[in-house]
Amino acid sequence: MDLSRLQQRGPCEWLLPATGRMRVPGVIFATRELVADMDDKVREQVTNVASLPGIVAASYAMPDAHWGYGFPIGGVAAFAAEDGGVVSAGGVGFDISCGVRTLHTGLGVADLEAHKARLADVLYARIPAGLGSTGAIRLSAAGMAAMLKGGARWAVQQGYGTEADLARIEEHGCAAGADPAAVSEQAKQRQRDEMGTLGSGNHYLEVQVVSEIFDEPAARAYGLAAGDVVVSIHCGSRGLGHQIGTDYLREMVVAAPAAGITLPDRELACAPLQSALGQRYLGAMRAGINCALANRQILTHLARQAFAEVFPGVQLSLLYDVSHNTCKEETHMVEGRRRRLFVHRKGATRAFGPGHAELPPEYAKIGQPVLIGGSMGTASYVLAGAAGTEERAFGSACHGAGRAMSRHEATRRWRGRALIDDLAARGILIRSPSSRGVAEEAPLAYKDVSAVVDAADHAGLAGKVVRLLPLVCIKG
Amino acid sequence: MKWETFAHEADIGVRGSGATLAEAFAGAATAMTAAICDPAQVMAREAVRIECAAPDYDILLVDWLNALVYEMATHHMLFSRFDVSIESHRLQAVAWGEPVDVVRHRPAAEVKGASFCELAVQRRPDGLWIAQCVVDV
Repeated sequence: MDLSRLQQRGPCEWLLPATGRMRVPGVIFATRELVADMDDKVREQVTNVASLPGIVAASYAMPDAHWGYGFPIGGVAAFAAEDGGVVSAGGVGFDISCGVRTLHTGLGVADLEAHKARLADVLYARIPAGLGSTGAIRLSAAGMAAMLKGGARWAVQQGYGTEADLARIEEHGCAAGADPAAVSEQAKQRQRDEMGTLGSGNHYLEVQVVSEIFDEPAARAYGLAAGDVVVSIHCGSRGLGHQIGTDYLREMVVAAPAAGITLPDRELACAPLQSALGQRYLGAMRAGINCALANRQILTHLARQAFAEVFPGVQLSLLYDVSHNTCKEETHMVEGRRRRLFVHRKGATRAFGPGHAELPPEYAKIGQPVLIGGSMGTASYVLAGAAGTEERAFGSACHGAGRAMSRHEATRRWRGRALIDDLAARGILIRSPSSRGVAEEAPLAYKDVSAVVDAADHAGLAGKVVRLLPLVCIKG
Repeated sequence: MKWETFAHEADIGVRGSGATLAEAFAGAATAMTAAICDPAQVMAREAVRIECAAPDYDILLVDWLNALVYEMATHHMLFSRFDVSIESHRLQAVAWGEPVDVVRHRPAAEVKGASFCELAVQRRPDGLWIAQCVVDV
């Protein structure tokens, strides 16, 4: 990205002044090196988001920002309904409530070593992954509606997990205001046999070890110690969420002119929050969030079964579950005034700081766990929402490494089989139905996740707590 | 009819071209299959009928590809041959393919949806039709 149009406000904060049709400035949180490496499309997309009606404060980009659709991936923007603000299907994306959850296993890395290959095989056998894979659950129309209303709470009621899990999920595992009637029959049809499936692309289930502690008190509060084995699951709302995105993106594109909205990019398709279409989308999108939360809850159940098969008696407890493609109604202080805002996080994670009312009591003094997935074969991180982050980017941080290279380029450079063998030689076992899929997700096709989380830390968005290294990765 | 995929930082672009708009749409559909697996490995054994209509050709392309995404997802199929006809923003097609065989097709990715990103349906000065957009994988 051309740095000449930006004003540096700190080592990890860059201002893009409001010009032309921008209603607010843009703010990019990243080091000089990360900003310089970003595609110019990121600046263009931050600018376009800043021009949308009712945007409040600024159009933000996180350290992992890259070229998305309409919004940059790693984009955050909040809108006020009373200012004519909008909700954007493009600002949430196709994979509604895609997110990460991390589970404690109670095992140490030494416990795992002798059983690692078997655990990888059992997990791969039990976790449906990749195109064409199906789950065991078939929902009736009433069951589908209950799942879309209830989210992870519904899943626990069906026997997939415990009440204790719900306390460690944003909004206690259930997005209020979901409207199953606003979800098309096609979306429900796509979900018919996809409950409890991982999907493909960058989605995974990974067994990881805590390799380094950066913040001892925070790590203790999160129940993490060096050498601990944890499980992280990265996936979203599957076909249902994808179809909701498809349906509403089109409807918003067609309806925008009549609503008086000029779209600088059709992928920014949006509708006024106070319109019937905006409200209908919110109801459908919240149902999509619940589908994602239920899906991760069922996958957790399958992971627990797999671990119990290899390590009888082992208990997997939830550290936390975060979503990173959402629009959530939240209260924030803006220029000394409490305001209800609709915060879009597209490839960005909530990162509420210490003392926030939404945190589980045991994490209240530390801040929200922010779970950052790395690329296959590289580190992941657990961060903690920093004090004052609500004033910086509505309590948000990065969500992952962010791609540095197209899938095209990745498949030109690497072969899946060779990557799998190289990683195995380093003690990382990959199980995947597709070697080309593995090549597309090659570790070096992503930015350096360590540089991204360092930038989030230095920018005061979220502080580093621990680093996780992969041991086993199930990829779709 | 020709097809190709093109690079996008996070996802994959699909592009079809041909002497007619219908050929370009068929090419874009073949490119979308190529984003998943090698289209040459997908046998044209079963047919699915698809119809859609849109206010303009750009949206018609997105609708067409999304109709295929829906058929792939709900029937667990891949498609390799597309008989397309388009008349005044209305598309009628028969897509030919077969059920996903993970061992033979080795699908690398699942397409979540066709986007409006890099979306263009154009007739070049030399008469060639181009139809393209980015698909989310």
